Amino acid sequence: MKKLKITIDGKTIEVPENTTVLDAAKMADIAIPTLCHHPKLTPFGGCRLCIVEIKGIPRPVTSCTTPVSEGMEVTTSNPQIEDLRKTVLELILSDHPNDCMVCEKAGDCTLQELAYFYGIRENRFAGERRIYEKKDGNPFIERDMEKCILCGRCVKVCDEVQGVGAIDFTYRGFKSKICPPYEKDLDCEFCGQCVAVCPTGALTGKQWTMKGRQMGVKEVDTVCSYCGTGCNITLHVKDNTVVRVTSKEDTWHEGWLCIKGRFGYTFINSPDRLKRPLIRTAPEGQSSPDPLSLFKEASWNEAFDLIASKLSGIKSKHGADAIGGLSSARCTNEENYIFQKFIRAAVGTNNVDHCARL
Amino acid sequence: MTNSIKEIEGMEVIFIIGSNTKETHPVIANRMIKAYRKGAKIIVADPRKVPMVRFSEVFMKLKPGTDIALLNGMAHVILKEGLHNKEFIEAKTENFDEWKESVEEYTPDYVERITGVNKDEIIKAARLYGGSRKAGLFYTMGITQHTCGTENVRAIANLVMLTGNIGRESTGVNPLRGQNNVQGASDAGCLPNVYPGYQNTEDAEVRSKFEKAWGTALSQKKGLKATEMIPAALEGKLKALYIMGENPAVTDPNTHHTVKALKSLDFLVVQDIFMTETAELADVVLPSACFAEKDGTFSNTERRVQRVKKAVNSPGEAKDDLSIIMEISKRLGYPMTYGSPEDVLTEFGQLWPTIGGITYQRLNKEGIQWPCLTKDHPGTPYLYKDGFKKPKIHFHAISYAPPAEITDSEYPFILTTGRNLFQYHAGSMTRRVKPIETHAGEPYVEINPEDGKILNIKDGQMVTVTSRRGKINIKARITNSVSKGTIFIPMHYSEAAANIITNDALDAHVKIPEYKVCAVNIKKAG
Amino acid sequence: MNKNITIQVCMGTGGIAAGGSEVLAAFESLMREKNIPAEFKKECSMHKVGCRGLCAKDVLVDIITDDRRTIYQYIKPEMVERIIDEHVVGGNPVSEWEVAEDYHKFHEKQVKVVLSDCGNIDPEDINAYIAVDGYKAVEKVFASMTPEEVIDIMKKSGLRGRGGAGFPTGVKWEACRKAEAGQKYIICNADEGDPGAFMDRAVIEGNPHAVIEGMVVGAYAIGASKGYVYIRAEYPLAVERLKKAIKDARERGFIGKNILGKGFDFDIKIKLGAGAFVCGEETALIASIEGQRGMPRAKPPFPVHRGLWGKPTVINNVETLANIPYIIKKGHEWFSSYGTEKSKGTKVFALTGKIKNSGLIEVPMGITLKEIIYDIGGGIENGKALKAVQTGGPSGGCITTDMLDITMDYESLARVGSIVGSGGMIVLDEDDCMVNVAKYFLQFTQSESCGKCVPCRIGTKRLLEIMDRITKGAGRQGDIELLEKLSSDIKAASLCGLGQTAPNPVLSTIKYFREEYDAHLQGKCPAKACREMLTYHIIEEFCKGCGACLRACPAGAITGEKKKPHKIAPEICIKCGACFDVCKFKAVGKE
Repeated sequence: MKKLKITIDGKTIEVPENTTVLDAAKMADIAIPTLCHHPKLTPFGGCRLCIVEIKGIPRPVTSCTTPVSEGMEVTTSNPQIEDLRKTVLELILSDHPNDCMVCEKAGDCTLQELAYFYGIRENRFAGERRIYEKKDGNPFIERDMEKCILCGRCVKVCDEVQGVGAIDFTYRGFKSKICPPYEKDLDCEFCGQCVAVCPTGALTGKQWTMKGRQMGVKEVDTVCSYCGTGCNITLHVKDNTVVRVTSKEDTWHEGWLCIKGRFGYTFINSPDRLKRPLIRTAPEGQSSPDPLSLFKEASWNEAFDLIASKLSGIKSKHGADAIGGLSSARCTNEENYIFQKFIRAAVGTNNVDHCARL
Repeated sequence: MTNSIKEIEGMEVIFIIGSNTKETHPVIANRMIKAYRKGAKIIVADPRKVPMVRFSEVFMKLKPGTDIALLNGMAHVILKEGLHNKEFIEAKTENFDEWKESVEEYTPDYVERITGVNKDEIIKAARLYGGSRKAGLFYTMGITQHTCGTENVRAIANLVMLTGNIGRESTGVNPLRGQNNVQGASDAGCLPNVYPGYQNTEDAEVRSKFEKAWGTALSQKKGLKATEMIPAALEGKLKALYIMGENPAVTDPNTHHTVKALKSLDFLVVQDIFMTETAELADVVLPSACFAEKDGTFSNTERRVQRVKKAVNSPGEAKDDLSIIMEISKRLGYPMTYGSPEDVLTEFGQLWPTIGGITYQRLNKEGIQWPCLTKDHPGTPYLYKDGFKKPKIHFHAISYAPPAEITDSEYPFILTTGRNLFQYHAGSMTRRVKPIETHAGEPYVEINPEDGKILNIKDGQMVTVTSRRGKINIKARITNSVSKGTIFIPMHYSEAAANIITNDALDAHVKIPEYKVCAVNIKKAG
Repeated sequence: MNKNITIQVCMGTGGIAAGGSEVLAAFESLMREKNIPAEFKKECSMHKVGCRGLCAKDVLVDIITDDRRTIYQYIKPEMVERIIDEHVVGGNPVSEWEVAEDYHKFHEKQVKVVLSDCGNIDPEDINAYIAVDGYKAVEKVFASMTPEEVIDIMKKSGLRGRGGAGFPTGVKWEACRKAEAGQKYIICNADEGDPGAFMDRAVIEGNPHAVIEGMVVGAYAIGASKGYVYIRAEYPLAVERLKKAIKDARERGFIGKNILGKGFDFDIKIKLGAGAFVCGEETALIASIEGQRGMPRAKPPFPVHRGLWGKPTVINNVETLANIPYIIKKGHEWFSSYGTEKSKGTKVFALTGKIKNSGLIEVPMGITLKEIIYDIGGGIENGKALKAVQTGGPSGGCITTDMLDITMDYESLARVGSIVGSGGMIVLDEDDCMVNVAKYFLQFTQSESCGKCVPCRIGTKRLLEIMDRITKGAGRQGDIELLEKLSSDIKAASLCGLGQTAPNPVLSTIKYFREEYDAHLQGKCPAKACREMLTYHIIEEFCKGCGACLRACPAGAITGEKKKPHKIAPEICIKCGACFDVCKFKAVGKE
């Protein structure tokens, strides 16, 4: 690939052709603020925070949309640029609830972070703010459009990545708004990709409202337990409860998830979980609308003893091949390995299988 | 998969047959869409207008169970138009000429009559797939869950060999695994005929290797497949069953039959995280840890071994499966003592060199795709780069035969089953997630509008679906997604379990049931 | 009795609004009903023509006989019979209805290129266009010119884009010609969106074939096989005439497959816009044709490299395209003989506001503003004083009375902080408040912002809020400086031309009329136009106590006995101005 030599803030680097100025700056370890840019989506150029000066171009340009050219000289920061950025940020904040105290996104919000870095306390442009009474009734995604900065990431991820196009820009001017057709409730695949890319608190998961933000929340990287894709997920844990699932952008699947991976986690802390071993007390064949009533709770020792004696008994009476084991595609490699070893070495039969066919 | 998921975006042509990728593997579909955005052409063959059709260049809406005819038909066109990969066929395959004769009769006209797919579409698809040397083929249970499942897969293999679309980056055959660790469970030897790493139990040399490693004599007898255990139980040959994390009372075909078999056992142990329909039948139910409560590894559909980490403690006294099995094994006089899950993987790796290079530490970032033979081996993104195990792969002549059960005047509709986007499998997890239940908590049957009209069934009305094995009441959803004469029921809902009516006829080779085709009747309920 | 009589009725949108259809119908029915010899009827033709400029005098009717052309103004259907009787049949023009000297003065300094056939031919009749050498340019380029030669002529002619930016057309075509691609497009931008502008509309309504012919020449030059006319749905008459023109041109083989048997294919589709101002911006226009929301994207890449569906695309404005057939037919020397050194040819302006002769004018580049206002426009209405001329619509600025000698060309207007723009020209008099005028334009741009970029979406809203409070007497100290700061930041940081120019009316009025802003901050609107800053009162010595104001007041703020001076209660008055408007005795005062 052809390499181009460019200078950014006095630093000369070589970057591949078709690199944007923003990406080139990143390669040179120069940070440029941005709200609407997302590395996995096509450039948008809407927030105007990533503007830079390029020698020979009379007006500042957005670095996210401008490809580098040979010999380009870029200035990413000077008083004029920073002043423009501050104006842009103030304008955004002049139309934002600024209720970070109770916002789900606080601490993980790009807008909040930029307001902090630019030290915006007063606002020269205070004025009317968009107020939306109607809330979206879908069960998964909280859409607080008053916090929306119209960066367009959700619109693009829904179209470009998910191929759904459930939302788009509507209306014009100050009243511009992102919403589903006819402002109906969102009815889509609910992959939550939009939530993942939202830089503010406009899009969050309904399930994780007021369950914990950063303080006291532990993040554990693991693997989704639904389909065979094996997406990398991060469990957010507060007080021994999984309160949220996210996925990191630098995972091999680019951090995208589906509805089940992102929202289907509350079974973990379901009250229906089995908590103690159970031994059947009801006669064989009896069923009940409350299945737990068919069993008595037992200690592990009791259960282990019963299983051991029953299996030994059947084995000695009918032979090991009268026993079978079904393992699970839901369990780990280690558990599956040990299970078949148990059936083969401890029980003594090859009657072991799992659900690969089902 | 012979390829990696990442490689999908580099494919020129993507041929999806019998896979509702967008709903069952949504994140893989994301990669396909990425490829589409880069200009890849997508071919979809499915009895339903699945969501990926939106991105397709060609959509072949075939009658359920006619895949062989379609695949042979495509092969026929590829041969006729000289698009086949002569060098590949010459160098790496055998039996080509005999096979070639076998597809002679599958002309587009003939195939159109069998499959219901317009011949122009078949020709277009054949030209696309056959015309590319960077094509990926994808399938799932829509191919395998048939009495002719094995033959379907062979017909796919023929097409792949014919074009040589395998063994290169972004080029290959990619069965997509439906569950998070089907790959791993199979790798680990939870199959009746092979030890860990697909090592044949009937091979004496292999057996002695495992006997030595495990310090005990091992059975020489062939084991029963899951689908064979059920009849064995009914016949009284199988007396006890130990089920770890499965729910056959919902997921087996013809579940009446399965439940009866489970009830007839002398002793049933079920180890699970919820009181499932199967656990209800057990003598002992053991509470186990879910994926978020334990350490270990999963292997995904692209052979990527990935680290699962404990995030929360199990509820109550629930234990992880490893501890439970070790404890019972000890009481049966075969103590297994592993200090950690990683010790298990280490032993596994010693017995199966393919994963011998994998350690937990190495898995931390992205996981590793096997084969990974040594500690410094980077893993293998795509298979068969250096050829196949056998010097020549065989073209099998496969001919189309109708499904085990065909429609008649009493059961005039074809039922096909599968998943939807929102729920998962038997639903024991997703149906406990409130928003998912709110949004997609109701079972339904998809019926073509024309059939709806004839039967006077309107959208949202309750209907009774009957097969030779049972009947269910279920809400009608009128949609063009299914063709006239075909209906679809998602498998997730035990209150209207599709598998009460599905056929438990099995594939002769691998004993997979024919979930995808059975004959049914529909009537307005009431 | 006359022979060979042609009756032409102006039926541009202005003419139709004034009753043109009824006038033409009256001619047709009366000619039928009246006892006129059949032989004579055969010699007499009647048809509509497009806009001829002086809309203020509509309905305009031409009676063309063998030896002379008589132009009537302000014609109503009931006047038709007398014209037929006396003039058409009798041979004696009705002189008191003829246009006066001001009509001729209106035309004297105009030079018609684009509009040369507009208003003279029936726009719905392709034969009428062909009769005035229509499609000769197409024949010429196909017969004897290479695409490069066409581009060369365009470059030599000095034609620059008439949509506002003034980019040299030939250079644009050349860039697209050189871009390598299997498919290219030419788009006619007929999304004229400036308030007060109707040049493009009039051209398409008056001579749609000229635009089509320009497109065919352009398509040939760049190598495009497909063209689009992006036109707003609010121009139904233009759309209808254009549709017919495209159909007729296709039937005659001027567009379609194998044009004139020369093996070149080119066809045109009409794409209706939904009336979004921003869709006049090239990249937004392209997005709109593609079925996306009309939102601009950053340039580069420019449309000549990556345009419609990602293919090289030339976008030319209606007026630009309508120039092209004449340049090809008459040569680049002829065209460039008009205008200034850098701005060649003519420009069409929509002259509106407080001007006597409002309408559509075409003048050579380089004419002075004074000539336009006083010679062509006939001066200010009602003897008021000229205050300023606003050019370039919401993206433009003001020209003050002391700059009336400015020449109309791209460079001169830019120098004083305004633009030629698409050609809107609004004349303001002493009753116009400049703050209010700027606010009006800002209101327009703010509501037409696509919402994509922050400075435009929120910045213009904040500008508007500040302007709003100033015009309501609630301005704050420092507001003018804040306006200037925010305006310059919006200009610098906005994504597209809409945002980059939206603050121009504000900056321009602050620059030239700062004292009006200061007065507002002190609670006064010097022009007495900002209603909310006014108080109304009755001037007792003039009030006759007629009660007209009392009846007109919707708020019930006026009291008083008959024939005695009335009173306005300021706390009830809603400052609507109804009393001021109805009083015949100038007894209502406002401050």
